[in-house]
Amino acid sequence: MRPMKKNGVRIDDSFAEAFPMRGTAILITAPTRRWALQAATTMTGFATSVIGCGAEAGIDIERPGRDTPDGRPGVRVLMFAMSSDMLQTQLINRAGQCVLTSPGSACFADLDTPDRLPIGNDLRYFGDGWQVSKKFGDRHFWRVPVMDGEFLCEATTGLTKKAVGGGNLLIMGATPETTMRAAELAVEAMNEVEDVILPFPGGIVRSGSKVGSKYKAMTASTNDAYCPTLRGAVKTSLDEDIGCVLEIVIDGLSEEAVADAMRAGLAAIIELGPEHGAVRVGAGNYGGKLGPFHFHLKDLLP
Amino acid sequence: MKPLVLTLKEEPDQRLDLAPLVPHLLQGKSAKDIAEIELQTTREKVTAGDLFRIRGAGSDKILFEGGSGRLDNIGKGLQAGEITVEGDCGKAPGRSMSGGNLVIAGDSGPFAGSAMSGGRLEIAGDAGGFLGAPLEGEMEGMTGGLVIVRGNAGERAGDRLRRGTIVIEGSAGDYPGSRMIAGTLVVLKSCGRLPGYLMRRGTIVLADPPELAPTFIDCGIHELVFAKVFAGLLRPESRAAARLLGRPLARFAGDMAALGKGEILFPA
Repeated sequence: MRPMKKNGVRIDDSFAEAFPMRGTAILITAPTRRWALQAATTMTGFATSVIGCGAEAGIDIERPGRDTPDGRPGVRVLMFAMSSDMLQTQLINRAGQCVLTSPGSACFADLDTPDRLPIGNDLRYFGDGWQVSKKFGDRHFWRVPVMDGEFLCEATTGLTKKAVGGGNLLIMGATPETTMRAAELAVEAMNEVEDVILPFPGGIVRSGSKVGSKYKAMTASTNDAYCPTLRGAVKTSLDEDIGCVLEIVIDGLSEEAVADAMRAGLAAIIELGPEHGAVRVGAGNYGGKLGPFHFHLKDLLP
Repeated sequence: MKPLVLTLKEEPDQRLDLAPLVPHLLQGKSAKDIAEIELQTTREKVTAGDLFRIRGAGSDKILFEGGSGRLDNIGKGLQAGEITVEGDCGKAPGRSMSGGNLVIAGDSGPFAGSAMSGGRLEIAGDAGGFLGAPLEGEMEGMTGGLVIVRGNAGERAGDRLRRGTIVIEGSAGDYPGSRMIAGTLVVLKSCGRLPGYLMRRGTIVLADPPELAPTFIDCGIHELVFAKVFAGLLRPESRAAARLLGRPLARFAGDMAALGKGEILFPA
C-alpha cells in the first residue's frame, strides 16, 4: 500500500471496516451539570465493547438548560448493541441502576424514530403503584416517587437500525508520548462531532485485536502485526520509525456521523504533524468481506 | 385550499344542530349541496342555505362568520382541518373530536369538548359548564387533546377527565376536575368550591385555590421536574400557564374518598 503524505504525516491507502448496529439516544438532566455528567458517566461505564460489556455506550454532547425539556443542564448518552433485544436489556439495566439512582436525575428520549425502545415504560414499576403517567400530545412521561422527589422518565425512546459500529483510526508514532498527544487531540476533535461516541477509555484503545488466536477458547487476540515490541519477530505492519500504536474506535447513529468523526480526527492528527505527534495513520479492516461499511482514509482527508 | 365561508344571516329562532358541517362530511360537496343540508331540531325545517350565505365548497377549512348561542354541536367528531367561529356557539362544540383545530372567538355553551380524544379546541371567550365532560350515562369524559379557554369556565370543568390537557386562563366554577380519572387541568384564576371532588388520578393546578376538602392531604412543597416539562410544552399555548407551572408548588394528594392517587398543585 503506497502511503499518501499530509503535513509530513503518512496516511495509509486503507479503510476502516465497520458493522451495522442498533443504536439509541437519551438525554439525562439533573439540577447541576456536575450531577448530569455523573449519572451519564456511571451509566456509560463498563461499556467499551459489546463482546464483554453487553453494550457500547458513551457521552455524545452536553446540552445547556435552555435546550432541554425541563430547563436543567443535560447530557446526551448514546448506546449501541448488536441486536435490538440486547440494546433494550442494556438500556433498561443501565438506566435503572445508574440514572434512576442518581440524585435529581430525569431521563428523556433523544432519538425520534418510528421504532421505539421502552425506558420509562419499564422503569415505572419501581414506583410500586404510586407511579403517575402524564401525557401531552404524543409525548408520554412517567413520574416515579423517590426519596428526593420524583424521577421523571420518558416512556420510550427511539431505536435506529442504521447505526454503525467499528469506524476506526490507527495512530502510529515514534514514542508513546508523541502517539498519545496525537490521539488525545484527535479525541478532542472527534468529541465535537454529534451522534457519535468513542467507547474505549478516554476514547482510545491500546489493545487493538485481530481475529483468531492460537488458543481455541479465544476468538480474538493481540494484533501482533501492530505490536512494536514484536516488530522484528512477526510479520509486522510497522515501519522502523514506529514505536507505538493507539487506536480510536467510533460508534455512530449513522454512517455519515462516523465518517464525520474520522474526518475530524484525521484533520487534528495531520495538523499536529509528525515531530510531536503521529508519523503515520492507518485503519483496521478484515479484508473488506465482513463489514458492509468501508471508510477509506483517502476520502476523509482535510 | 380555499376555506368554506358560512356567513350567518340572522339569529336562528330554534336550536340548530351543526354536526354535519365538518370537513370530512363536506368533502367533495358544492355550495349548492351544502345549502340543502338540514340543521333543524324541531318540526320546522331549516337548511344551511336558509341560515347562512355560503361561499366556496367542501374544504379542510371552514369559517363561520358570525355565531350564536343556539348553534349546537359545531365541529362534532372533527377529525382534521380547521373550523373557526367568529362569534358565540351553543352546546358541545368539538364533541367527540379526534383531531384538527376548532376555534370559537366568542363564548361557548356547556359541554364544550365533551368526550374529545384529540385535536385542539380554543374558546376565546367564556365556556359553559361541564367543559370536556361526558354526557349522562357515559363513563369517561375527554381522553386526549388540548382545550384552552381564554375566559372563564362554568361548573364541573373537566368532569371525568380521563387524559388530555385543559387550560382555563380565567376562573372556573364549582367542582373543577370533579370525578377526574387522569389528565391535567390548569386554572389560572380562582375557582369555585371543592376542586377534585372524588378525583381518582390526574393533576389539577390552581393559581388561587379555595379551601380544599379534608380528603386532600398535604404532601409538602416541591419543585417537580414534570411541572417544568409541562411548562415548556404549554408555553406556546399559554404563557401564563407556563409561568404557574414554573413556580414551587404545594402538593395535596387526593381525593382520599375515592382512589386518591390524584393531586392538586398550587403555588407555595
